[in-house]
Amino acid sequence: MANPEFGYDSTEIEDLSQPLPPVRQLFSYAMTAIAFLFTGLALLPLFAILIEILRQGLPNLSLETLVSLPAPVGVTDQPNGFANAIVGTLIMVGLASLVSIPIGVMTAIYLTEFGKGGAIANSIRFIATVLSGVPSIVVGVFAYGVIVLTTKSFSAIAGSFALAVLMLPVVVLSTEGALNLVSNSQRLASAALGSSRFQTTWRVVLLSALPGITTGVLLAVARAAGETAPLIFTALFSQNWFSGLQNPTPSMSVLIYNYANSPYVEQTSLAWTASVVLVLMILLINILSRLVTRNRLDIQ
Amino acid sequence: MSSNPSHSTDLNVDTKSPANPPEALPEPGIPAMRVKDLSFYYGVRKALERVTVDIYQGRVTAIIGPSGCGKSTFIKALNRISELEAQVQVDGLIEFFGQDIYSSRINLNRLRRQIGMVFQKPNPFSMSVYDNVAYGIRVSGRKSKSELDDIVELALMNAALWDEVKDVLSKSALGLSGGQQQRLCIARALAVKPKVLLMDEPCSALDPIATMKIEDLIHELRSDLTIVIVTHNMQQASRVSDYTAFFSTDESRIGHMVEFGSTSQIFRAANEARTRDYIEGRFG
Ligand SMILES: Nc1ncnc2c1ncn2[C@@H]1O[C@H](COP(=O)(O)OP(=O)(O)OP(=O)(O)O)[C@@H](O)[C@H]1O
Ligand SMILES: [Mg+2]
Repeated sequence: MANPEFGYDSTEIEDLSQPLPPVRQLFSYAMTAIAFLFTGLALLPLFAILIEILRQGLPNLSLETLVSLPAPVGVTDQPNGFANAIVGTLIMVGLASLVSIPIGVMTAIYLTEFGKGGAIANSIRFIATVLSGVPSIVVGVFAYGVIVLTTKSFSAIAGSFALAVLMLPVVVLSTEGALNLVSNSQRLASAALGSSRFQTTWRVVLLSALPGITTGVLLAVARAAGETAPLIFTALFSQNWFSGLQNPTPSMSVLIYNYANSPYVEQTSLAWTASVVLVLMILLINILSRLVTRNRLDIQ
Repeated sequence: MSSNPSHSTDLNVDTKSPANPPEALPEPGIPAMRVKDLSFYYGVRKALERVTVDIYQGRVTAIIGPSGCGKSTFIKALNRISELEAQVQVDGLIEFFGQDIYSSRINLNRLRRQIGMVFQKPNPFSMSVYDNVAYGIRVSGRKSKSELDDIVELALMNAALWDEVKDVLSKSALGLSGGQQQRLCIARALAVKPKVLLMDEPCSALDPIATMKIEDLIHELRSDLTIVIVTHNMQQASRVSDYTAFFSTDESRIGHMVEFGSTSQIFRAANEARTRDYIEGRFG
């Protein structure tokens, strides 16, 4: 029966098996093809880099490279490796994480749970956003000015400081995102059971947001592990084992930077191998973050 | 837990003959909460105007009325949860056993432990079933494991959920069905032994069977507990409540209470024409 008011005619039934008009089908296929093409284009450089690194670096990867110091140029009867750089990167990234993660998570908690919508919270968020866009070399120069010049020495401390400054805004913003995803009904439910703001934050909000926070934090760690510019100005490099936080400290990224330009084949090949190891370390962190997230979801 | 035989669970029960016969209605007794001249504002906008009502101890009070008339606003004012959601201002007096709950000396954590709340949408925490129920106890102080076990079991029994979850206590509460989640939220609220339980449309997301279970529950609980329930379902109000308050809005969309009385009186012989129209489905 036709309903004039809605321009609705229920007597006219469409044949559901009728295919769409050819033009629309063609358009749909074309769009799908284009989408695939561009996806491929986007992935191309990524795979190109990975394949090249693996091709050049994998043949020299051995236990020896992972446990020994870099051999002096021209010396071939000594084991050649970059164990000191691995240790240096782990120490500096670890120290930077130890400082930036608690501060960053606390800041994010303030932003979402206590100061939400207030002027202070808004300015903090603005500053964090700006800071997250500051080029890492600028952070390196800043750390150089603040720590290296005042202590008159390149040091692991200065390197960690620069990395911590770089990580901080990433941790704050990603944690804030994760906390904002926690439904307000959870906070209300907790408050309705007589828990204080602090208890609600600690026992309910953080618990629900933990997978998201972990992902964000680990991504920040991965980013710090790959940073070079801030370390060149701060931790510098050393051919020797880590010898204290006040001394110049080698790192994977600076080793790659130094050796990749080297005229000596042993050093350039070591740079490739170090790249493989660095990529694997970062991959490991990423996989770890996935696992943590997945495990939490499994429980649910 | 068996269903209460004295109460009809037929969802199509005639509103003209409420399931609670008037002779079953007890004497009012003492009010657990008294609301006097309550006016409520969100920011500067007035949402409720001069509501005065007594909530009797050990009875079920239903709040009915059209959408937007301030029913949720009213019950969220009773445990001061609304101030967590918005900038609010409250005029008038709300007393809980003689204590002014809006006094500056009130400890909100104690208050909300005494006046529990069940929300419209089930909102279990993303923890295990057990931890959900134990949550309220744990935040209010330490208890031994065995004491906690007993409280959790009792609360789940009271919420008619024990048999369904006793084997999955350590599994995530988010794996339960909607109706089970809502009963879990009730168990969670009961575990802290509140004096008053506020329920804001607790069955609106549930199917008739889960709804029936929750209505049974309200019947079982009411001797020990004072319950305030907001509902859009007239049959539900007539089935579960002893008293009914009808709220409505005026031309300026400010909510107020039109009428309060025993449920049988409101459903059978309301004084106000607007109440009768609403109950008979002629407006709202
Ligand atoms: N957090 C809030 N901030 C501002 N205004 C609000 C807020 N919550 C409710 N209101 C307003 O207060 C009035 C009453 O809302 P309330 O939620 O109490 O109605 P209700 O009777 O529960 O309606 P429903 O039956 O649809 O749940 C509405 O006009 C609404 O827009
Ligand atoms: Mg409501």
